[in-house]
Amino acid sequence: MSINWFKYSSPASFYGISRSIIKVASLISIILCIIGLYWGFAKTPNILTDQKEYYRILFVHVPVAWMSMWLYVTLVFWAVIGLIFNTRLSYMMAAATAPTGALFAFLTIWTGAFWGKTSWGVWWDWDPRMTSMLILLFIYIGYIALQNSITDTRRADRASALLALVGVICIPVIYLSINCPDPYQCAALHQQSSLKKIENNILIAMFIMLFATWAYSFAVITHRLRSIILEREKRTQWAQDIVRDTA
Amino acid sequence: MNNTFMPMLKRDLVLAIRNYNDVLIGLFFFIVVVSLIPISLNESAQTLPRLAAGLVWIAALLSSILSLASLFEADHADGSLDLILSTGSIYQCVLAKITVHWLITGLPLTLISPLIGLAYNLHEEQLSVLFVSLLIGTPVLSCIGAIGAALTLGLRSGTSIIALIVLPLNLPVMVYGAAAVRASINRLDNVMTYLLFLTAMLIIAVVFAPLATTAALKISND
Repeated sequence: MSINWFKYSSPASFYGISRSIIKVASLISIILCIIGLYWGFAKTPNILTDQKEYYRILFVHVPVAWMSMWLYVTLVFWAVIGLIFNTRLSYMMAAATAPTGALFAFLTIWTGAFWGKTSWGVWWDWDPRMTSMLILLFIYIGYIALQNSITDTRRADRASALLALVGVICIPVIYLSINCPDPYQCAALHQQSSLKKIENNILIAMFIMLFATWAYSFAVITHRLRSIILEREKRTQWAQDIVRDTA
Repeated sequence: MNNTFMPMLKRDLVLAIRNYNDVLIGLFFFIVVVSLIPISLNESAQTLPRLAAGLVWIAALLSSILSLASLFEADHADGSLDLILSTGSIYQCVLAKITVHWLITGLPLTLISPLIGLAYNLHEEQLSVLFVSLLIGTPVLSCIGAIGAALTLGLRSGTSIIALIVLPLNLPVMVYGAAAVRASINRLDNVMTYLLFLTAMLIIAVVFAPLATTAALKISND
């Protein structure tokens, strides 16, 4: 039996299954979010000496930070698939991913600012990790801005896909340049990644929240994708039928 | 394949020199920006050199972006870009255009940078580091800028959208360029490291940016 890999690359057939994707993903997201937050608040030990209760913002801060980076990889993946196979749906996927990625980058900075204020006494410090996240937000914004300022959809898709690709090549260099090789300028407040040192229950809660965030992204991006599909396919019969049925 | 690099370079250079107004605007924009910043900061002569590196580099970055919107605009408007695209020698033309952009924006401000450095109280050795860092770094700004210019060809929002796209991508050049000057001001011995980093970026940018620009032009001119 041969699998038709491109069956759901048609907007019409994808639209058919999208509603069930949203339902399942939202349900998973809500359940995991409840479990994760419960675990994070009730099951974690209270014997922390160096960290105070405010560390619990970590259960939002770390998952959204990871997801904002992961969503950029996803975005580039769909952009490249679009450029190679010229599938419209891939471009729509990339376009639908960007706002959620930008939102997560913003949330990372925001939650980080609260954490920083209570922990270090400052809202913001020009430290490598924080600056990288800020630049990632700028790159997301550049992508969305380019997409929105080109009226021709086909050109907008391909131009922003190319920009995303150029961005992903530049990101390692940007990251390197921010984590400058000069030890004199790299006195950072932000701690390095310390996954191995974390207590197991905190780790469990963090990963449950990560999957909750991931499921949330899946639901919201699919939802946005449905709107984009309807908007772009408004001249087709099936899209008009759907709009008429729901109206 | 016939060589279109030199004819294209000559043509664009002649055009740029005849319209020398645009060249001067970019240069004076740079001079005005670097002159206004010390006035607004109100720093003393002792602290000014420490700021010079970053400020001159930011001004160079802005000045380079200023003229990007017109990089392909004239050729796009009169249809010669279509002709160039259809002949298949687009890569060489893009390379020529990037070179001309650097010759009319990056090079003049690099040449004038020692004077700016003097106004910022830099010493002889620091002046030469500033000069060399701009000499290596500004072509990278033109290379990356060309990608932005090609992507936004013919858009209403013009310069502002190019700035939004290109500025974050140019960050590494600015960081290393400024770091080289700062290292020389602080009398550290790693000035060469930064200059070599900049050179590596220049090589990568010269190889890959024309390819990306060509692809972008094809998309924009579809």
